[in-house]
Order: sequence, then C-alpha cells, then structure tokens
Amino acid sequence: MPVTHLKKQFSLPECSGDVLTVQDLHFSYPDGHNALHGVSLKLCEGDKVALVGPNGAGKSTLMLHLNGILNGHGDVEVAGQRLTRDNLPAIRSMVGLVFQSPDDQLFSPTVFEDVAFGPLHMGLSEEEVRARVDSALEAVRMSAYRDRLSHHLSVGEKKRIAIATVLSMKPSLLVLDEPSAGLDPRARRTLINLLRDLPITMLVSTHDMKLVQELFPRTIVMDEGKVVADGLTIEILEDEALLNAHGLEKP
Amino acid sequence: MHFDAFDRYHEKDSFLHHLDPRVKVVVTIVFIVSNALLPDAAWFGFLFAWIFLLLVNAASKLGVAYTLKRSLLALPFALIAITVLFSIPGKPVLQFHFLMWDLTVTDMGLLRFVSILVRSWLSVQMAILLVAVTRFPDLIHALEHLRVPAILTTIIAFLYRYLFVLTDEVFRLLRAREARSAAVPGTRSGGGVLWRAKIAGNMAGQLFLRSYERSDRIYNAMVARGYSGHLYTLNPHEMKSTDYFATAFAIVVIFVTQILGRF
Repeated sequence: MPVTHLKKQFSLPECSGDVLTVQDLHFSYPDGHNALHGVSLKLCEGDKVALVGPNGAGKSTLMLHLNGILNGHGDVEVAGQRLTRDNLPAIRSMVGLVFQSPDDQLFSPTVFEDVAFGPLHMGLSEEEVRARVDSALEAVRMSAYRDRLSHHLSVGEKKRIAIATVLSMKPSLLVLDEPSAGLDPRARRTLINLLRDLPITMLVSTHDMKLVQELFPRTIVMDEGKVVADGLTIEILEDEALLNAHGLEKP
Repeated sequence: MHFDAFDRYHEKDSFLHHLDPRVKVVVTIVFIVSNALLPDAAWFGFLFAWIFLLLVNAASKLGVAYTLKRSLLALPFALIAITVLFSIPGKPVLQFHFLMWDLTVTDMGLLRFVSILVRSWLSVQMAILLVAVTRFPDLIHALEHLRVPAILTTIIAFLYRYLFVLTDEVFRLLRAREARSAAVPGTRSGGGVLWRAKIAGNMAGQLFLRSYERSDRIYNAMVARGYSGHLYTLNPHEMKSTDYFATAFAIVVIFVTQILGRF
C-alpha cells in the first residue's frame, strides 16, 4: 500500500505593514547613480526578515532611508507615522539602525557611554538611562564590558555592543547591515542565538545565506534598486533560477 | 589587530588611581603653573616640589623609576631653551667659538638654563603621572566638569577614539605596500625617488579619503541615534571626603613650595 505523505503548505500571515511601510521609494545619489527604483515593502510586528541581494543592489541605501538619514522620493511610514522632517526624532527612536562596521557605530571612549548615547539624546532621566544601558548590555550578554574601552574589544564583541547601542533606545524595528560579516564561527553562532532570542521586529541585510535559512522565515531579494522577490525563505531558497539570476547561492 | 602604543594608562590599585580625576587634573595644572612661577635658582622651592612629586609617585605604586624614565624622552625639548645661556647679561663663565659665532656663557644665563631644565623636568613628570593613573575617558569627564567647552572635549574624545582606528589603517596600508615590495634577484628594486614619493603621496591621500568617508559614516551612526548637534553625557564622578582632603593637602604643599622658593 503506497504511503501518502501529507504535503504541508506554509504561508506567511497577511501583513498590513503596521511596523513599517515603504511605498514606491526612489533615490539617486548626488553623483547621479540611481540606487533605488521604486521599492515597496511592508513589515509587521514580530517579523524577522532577511534582505538579500548582490553588492550595490541598494540594500544599504534602503536601510539609510528607514530613519531618514537619506531622503528619497516616496513614502516611508513607521508605525503608521509618515516620515517627515518634524517627526524625525520620534522615528529615530523607533528604528534602531546598526551599521556594518562597528568602528563607525561605536564612537565613544567607553562601552557605557556608547550605549547611553541614544537614551541620553532621547532626553531620558539619569536613572532611566542607566537602567536601559544595563538591560541592553544584559540582552547582548555583555554586562561585564560596561566600563571597557571600545577600541580594545574584538570584532565580535564590538558587534554585540553595537546592537546594544540601539537596543537601549527600545526600538520597535531593528535594522542590521550585514551583522555576520567578518565574524569567526563562534562569534557568528553567538550572534545568531542573540538575534533569535531578541523579541523585536527586524530587517537584516546579509550575504550569509545559511544565516538566512536558519533565522528568517521571510526573505526579500533586492537587485538593481528593486525588490525582485518577497516571500517565504524556504520557497525562495528552493528557486535556484531566481537565486542565480541575482548573484546569490543556495546554502 | 590593535595598536595600543598611545595608551599610557597603567592599571594599579593605588590611592592615586582611585582619586577623583578632577582633583588629579587640577592639582597637576596648579603644580605646573607653580613650577613656572618659581623664580630662577629657587633651589629650596625646586627641592620641595621634587619631594612632593616623589610623594605622589609613591602613592601611585608605579615606582619612582617609571616617571623618571619617561621624563627623559621629553627632556630634549627643553634644549630649545639653550639660547638663554648666551643671551642673558651677567659675568662671563665660558667663552668659545662655534662656527661663525663667538659665544659667551654667563652665570645668570647658566642659572636660568638650569632652572628651566628643572622646572620642565618636574612638570613633565607630573603630567606623565597624571596620564598613567587616570583612564582617558575619566580625563575627558574631568575636563567637562571643569567647564572646558564641550566642543573641545568632544574633539579630544573623538581624537582618542579614532587615533587607534587610524593607526590601524596606516599599518594596513604600510603592510599592503610591504607585501608587494618584491625584488627580482640581480636587479635593483625600489624604483626612483620620485616614483616612491608618488606612492607615499597616494597613500596619504588614501588615508585622507578613508578618514573623510569614515567621518561621514560615524556622523550617520550618530544621527541615527538621535544626535542633533548637542552632546549629552552622564558624569559618573562624585567627590568623596578623601578627594577634598587630597586637594587641600596638595594646595598647601604647593603654597609652601612657592613661599620656600621666594626666600
């Protein structure tokens, strides 16, 4: 008697974009290079989304738009608020942007001051700032590094501190640019566990397809300034024609 | 890869290490100013200042030889003062001919020269001690507390933070050049002086460009976390009674030094 396997159908839940909505975003750099050609995407509460694509696809440019460092044509809405010049400070406390190089992210002499930078600029009280620094360092398991000097840390440690610097602002969306680049296997594993445990909506740009497979239910593929695919990670990673067309590899 | 050659802080568990950084900064500055104010040939004053320095040195647990060794590095700069040997009028001590000049060393000139040497030697040692027993971020905090303009302390803080990143960058560039500075056996390698100068120039240019772009990225990282032109810091230092006591003690000692130096 033939065995019939139940074929499971997975699908992503409907998303109305309650955390982030980007609508038809265009941007070109001052030198004329066209980086974004009408990008649209939606993120919902609790989404963990990978953003993949070749170098120069516009991933970093898109990320810089999410808290108004770059201003292109089109709509960016964070938690229902349209990003304008007036609500920039509010948006910036909601979107935590972690840059690729931790040496750019960590600009203060000590770890404590770097993690306190965001909360201090939000105008919080001293006790609140201290409490937030402690809980952010706790979340990345770096509490013992509170008074260390940033430039004496290893790359993996700097990466985790860099994440703590935005966690202390209690963002509703965490945006990471290539978090696993340049890490050794152990530091990478620590980072993966950390990202898995963080209960925050996140959008992570990466070239690390194994990381994508392991961590993110949903993947967005970008190439030449456009979103070329957006869906379930397991489906996208099976679509070799799509991956090859956009310079990606199946893990 | 880290390049820590600039870090002069020495971790120790001593009275001086635990002193409030403001006290250390203020006492160091007052000590240096006091040295500068001591008249020429105020030997008792110098002696007393030196005893104070030795005392502070003992309280740092770094050992007397530590500042002594470091101070020798700074001593050649005091030689700039060598012209006073000949330019102060007084009784001639020594006359000699040097190249095209007839030079006369006077007794007053000699006294002033030795005094300048002693003053700078004492002051440099105290400054060396300050940096050795105070973590750099604490120094910056102390300056902030002492109402140094925020723009200055910010520049110093950034300089300190990125000095290390920049030197790493320089060493990477130098290493990359080294790695490709090959030679074929039997031929003269290295190229002409002009060519090499051009390469060095390109490297300096690279460094400027990279620093410029990095500053852009840092600014973005600051703006992303809410920076809008004002820097806010928490100042975690609090003066304890020992801090006040140490300040009072140091001020009295320096005052006595001044009196001794004038009689």
